[in-house]
Amino acid sequence: MDGLDYRWLTFLTFLPLVGAGLTLLFSERNESDQLQIKRFALGVTVITFLTSLILLAYFDPSKEGYQFVEESKWVAGLTYKLGVDGLSFPFVLLTTFLTPLVILASWSVTSRVKEYMIAFLALETLMIGVFVSLDIVLFYLFFEGGLIPMFLIIGVWGGKDRVYASFKFFLYTLLGSVLMLVAMLWMISTVGDSAWFKTFVDAYKAANPDATLLPVASDITVLTEYASAAHKDPATGQSFIGFDPRSFSFLGIYLPAGVQSLLWLAFFASFAVKMPMWPVHTWLPDAHVQAPTAGSMVLAAILLKMGGYGLLRFSLPMFPQASADFANFVFVLSVVAIIYTSLVALAQEDMKKLIAYSSVAHMGYVTLGIFAGNQQGIDGAVFQMISHGFISAGLFMLVGVIYERAHTREISAFGGLAERMPIYAALLMLFAMANVGLPGTSGFVGEILALMGAFQASHWVAFAATSGVILSAAYMLTLYRRVALGEMTNKALETINDMTAREKLITAPLAAGAIILGVYPSLATDMFGPTTARLVAGVERAEAEAKKADAALEKRSVELVSTK
Amino acid sequence: MDSISADLGVALPEIALAIGGMALLMLGVFRAKRDDEPSQTAAAQLILYLATALLLAVGVLVALDGASAGAFDCAAGKDGGRACLFVDDTFSRFAKVLILFASAIMLILGVDYMRRHQMMQFEYPVLIVFAALGMCMMVSANDLMSLYMGLELQSLSLYVIAAFRRDSLRSTEAGLKYFVLGALSSGLLLYGASLIYGFTGSTRFDEIATAVVKLLEAKEETAAPIGLLFGLVFLASGLAFKISAAPFHMWTPDVYEGAPAPVTAFFATAPKVAALALFGRTMMGPFQDMAAQWSQVIAALAVASMFLGAFAGIGQTNIKRLMAYSSIGHMGFALVPLAAGTEAGVSAMLVYLVIYLATNVGVFAFILMMTRDGAQSARLADLDGLARTSPGAAAGLALLLFSLAGIPPLWGFMAKFAAFSAAVDAGLAWLAVAAVVSSVISAYYYLNIIRRMYFAEPAANPLQLGGGVLHRATFGVVALAMILAVAPFQPFNGFGAEEAASRAAKSLTEHRATAAPAKPAPTKEAALGAPAAPLGL
Repeated sequence: MDGLDYRWLTFLTFLPLVGAGLTLLFSERNESDQLQIKRFALGVTVITFLTSLILLAYFDPSKEGYQFVEESKWVAGLTYKLGVDGLSFPFVLLTTFLTPLVILASWSVTSRVKEYMIAFLALETLMIGVFVSLDIVLFYLFFEGGLIPMFLIIGVWGGKDRVYASFKFFLYTLLGSVLMLVAMLWMISTVGDSAWFKTFVDAYKAANPDATLLPVASDITVLTEYASAAHKDPATGQSFIGFDPRSFSFLGIYLPAGVQSLLWLAFFASFAVKMPMWPVHTWLPDAHVQAPTAGSMVLAAILLKMGGYGLLRFSLPMFPQASADFANFVFVLSVVAIIYTSLVALAQEDMKKLIAYSSVAHMGYVTLGIFAGNQQGIDGAVFQMISHGFISAGLFMLVGVIYERAHTREISAFGGLAERMPIYAALLMLFAMANVGLPGTSGFVGEILALMGAFQASHWVAFAATSGVILSAAYMLTLYRRVALGEMTNKALETINDMTAREKLITAPLAAGAIILGVYPSLATDMFGPTTARLVAGVERAEAEAKKADAALEKRSVELVSTK
Repeated sequence: MDSISADLGVALPEIALAIGGMALLMLGVFRAKRDDEPSQTAAAQLILYLATALLLAVGVLVALDGASAGAFDCAAGKDGGRACLFVDDTFSRFAKVLILFASAIMLILGVDYMRRHQMMQFEYPVLIVFAALGMCMMVSANDLMSLYMGLELQSLSLYVIAAFRRDSLRSTEAGLKYFVLGALSSGLLLYGASLIYGFTGSTRFDEIATAVVKLLEAKEETAAPIGLLFGLVFLASGLAFKISAAPFHMWTPDVYEGAPAPVTAFFATAPKVAALALFGRTMMGPFQDMAAQWSQVIAALAVASMFLGAFAGIGQTNIKRLMAYSSIGHMGFALVPLAAGTEAGVSAMLVYLVIYLATNVGVFAFILMMTRDGAQSARLADLDGLARTSPGAAAGLALLLFSLAGIPPLWGFMAKFAAFSAAVDAGLAWLAVAAVVSSVISAYYYLNIIRRMYFAEPAANPLQLGGGVLHRATFGVVALAMILAVAPFQPFNGFGAEEAASRAAKSLTEHRATAAPAKPAPTKEAALGAPAAPLGL
């Protein structure tokens, strides 16, 4: 693998965790100790980022399949397998790029700095792990493991209602995910017992006679292949494609794609909560409002993206029939999310809450694009996620900047900040416009692609979703007007200072990212484009085959009826 | 296998425990003078150390031992000495190693507590040795009589040590309650055993298995005679009482709370392993062919235990009582794979037991360290702000609690993973769904402890962590093991528990296979295949 065959992904993933372990050795007695710890954490995350840049240099987007793959034997018949493709690598880069900024944004933390940095470093390992795992259980391990540090970050360093928010965050997302775990177990068990898997392993053995590691059923690549292969039911002799999509009724509920529907729903429950989608989004505003600035940045910029990534990695390629069946259901949820949460955002008085609701609305475009199931839609969804990573992190950072000065996030407490803080006002304008989706910013590219994809799937859905763009302009411009423009009525703000060098240093790369991706989107689309193209081709193939199989089945049953 | 010396060789660990226990008893009786307090304590302490050494030595002996064998009255068996009252196979050795090491650790960790509360009496270690002997007997039992013998030896020892703090009202109440309810459960078990004997004509597991197959064939259907079913249910009830599965859990919270802390720690570990292993052997041994029937019973026990453990733990304010509900819930989780009724299920149950045991050893090592104003404390409120006063201990306990809650990437997740995948493999997806939902509910009270440690401010006079190097070392090592266990390289990778458990489970079903050839188990496709009921709904 071009000289990069020695466990680089393991190194990249666990470097922050090793850093967390080393942080334990520091003592935290006074401010200079704390500064040492902060510097150390920053150093670790910067090295992690540089490592990911080395990988970027060797990454070939046009190559089919996964790259930098490594594998070891693991417990319980599972495999420790890592690898990245065009879909996951942008998110790895996003994570490694944002974490140093997040650490910088935490410079003003003064209590329990050591534990704080350990939590963030551990969180970075878990976040990277989610995107590089190629074993479904390993993925789950990282996916759920992220709850632990985030729970502590919200609960220890959060605001007034931090305990409530942290519990809600933890239990809500955990409940969403455990059903996915059962679905995963079912998939592993089904694939592992299937005749297809035996042939697959035999073929692998024949091709690699001296292989020490045989394929296992929990391998994501194996599961994806199973999902597009034809299988035969040993009991009835019926043939079907992928995870059993034959419809049946259970307790009077008709499931159009059979077991596959149930699996899809179990995965969707988890990812929809994580995204979050309306109506299971209610944990997000609470978590955002209570989390410290850095926590909000990580949550909005990376943790939410795990849901979208999961939908693209699992739901779409593994359950194509069910995805097609449920597409309209998802469209309705997405459109409601876009319109309803935008309206809710319009009514918010708390800046963080407003941005949190706007995040829910923007994730609506992501689900819309994903389930449109075509190239533009999926490209738009991935792009929107990356772009939202920059924009939401920037917005939360900017809220943090004035919160540190004024100790309030009430919109009504501000006004006329542009006078005292011109640079701040300019940056706020930039991020607000990017959030609205102004052409020239990254927000525009993501939204327009997702909407184009949705338009091909359904005109009405695209029509309704587009109104969300107008609403987002309404709430972002209102926010900007009330915070930055007008008279400065609050006397306490008269001595407020503009952004410090550190704050500018954090915000500048985010702003640059939002603009560069807006002007030159191919930078990102070239990386994930080939992978999403293959994904779309696979989904279309599976759908066509499913239709063929359905038609054949129908034909047979018609024949049966007519012979009777 | 008809010579007495061969028999003695097979039962050597038990014989060593019995003789050792009696020798320690003698030593105690003759060394401790009645009116000399210091000499009594010194003698008791010596005996405690000797008892620990004895348990460890026997544990090592068992761990190093070789092939499977049976002992006692083997001539009666018709199939090559397999039909014995007492068997020594990989399965029993697996359980025995856990039991003996857990007993030894809990015994030695209790020293401080016993000394502080003037409870250092030589009867305590001697009783633990006898309890361990009873437990070893239980897991090796291959006959309803030897099963009962082991069970009663263990139970009687436990009744006494539950009430060991004679001057404490709660402790004596705990002992009495345990005794009365325990006697009732023994009665149930005996009644079930007599019914089984009546319908199968034997008390020996392998002969029962043969009889069950014949009965099933005679009726030409899958249902067994109703009397045999009743017997089985009574037997299962008696065993469920011993592992404190709901609805036979009532004694657990009171006994855990009332008994002295080291005794609670002991209760939470070794006896659970013994009773659950016995449960597994009884169900998978003689009654394997009735799996379709008992699987429902076990599933019901599992669901009841998991949800009771999850809900009832929420309002607790005492950590020992909380751990009682936690253990009820965990026994429910451990029954989930057993309900699958497969070899993989037994293996998953053993893996679950290992991880449960390790985590509980860590948590109780911590509980034994909890002191406030010089006295033992068990109030959850005393943990407030522990992350400020002793960050290391708080981090360790947080790891253990997250692990108990089954949150990845900790070892406790691998336990749940093994258990649930065995259930899903056997077509019991609904049971796995119930289990994961209850695990989310129970996560609440584990999180609550973490909330106290991390989110709350420390009290004016915070918790002190007493205990010696041994406590700290045990606690630290176990807490670290929770993370390291999932590392994908040797020697971590689950610490080899998986392989050992699957060998043990194999020996259990092999053992059975020689006794009575099992009917081909229904294939998974047949169980799942019909499109009308996929996922085993």
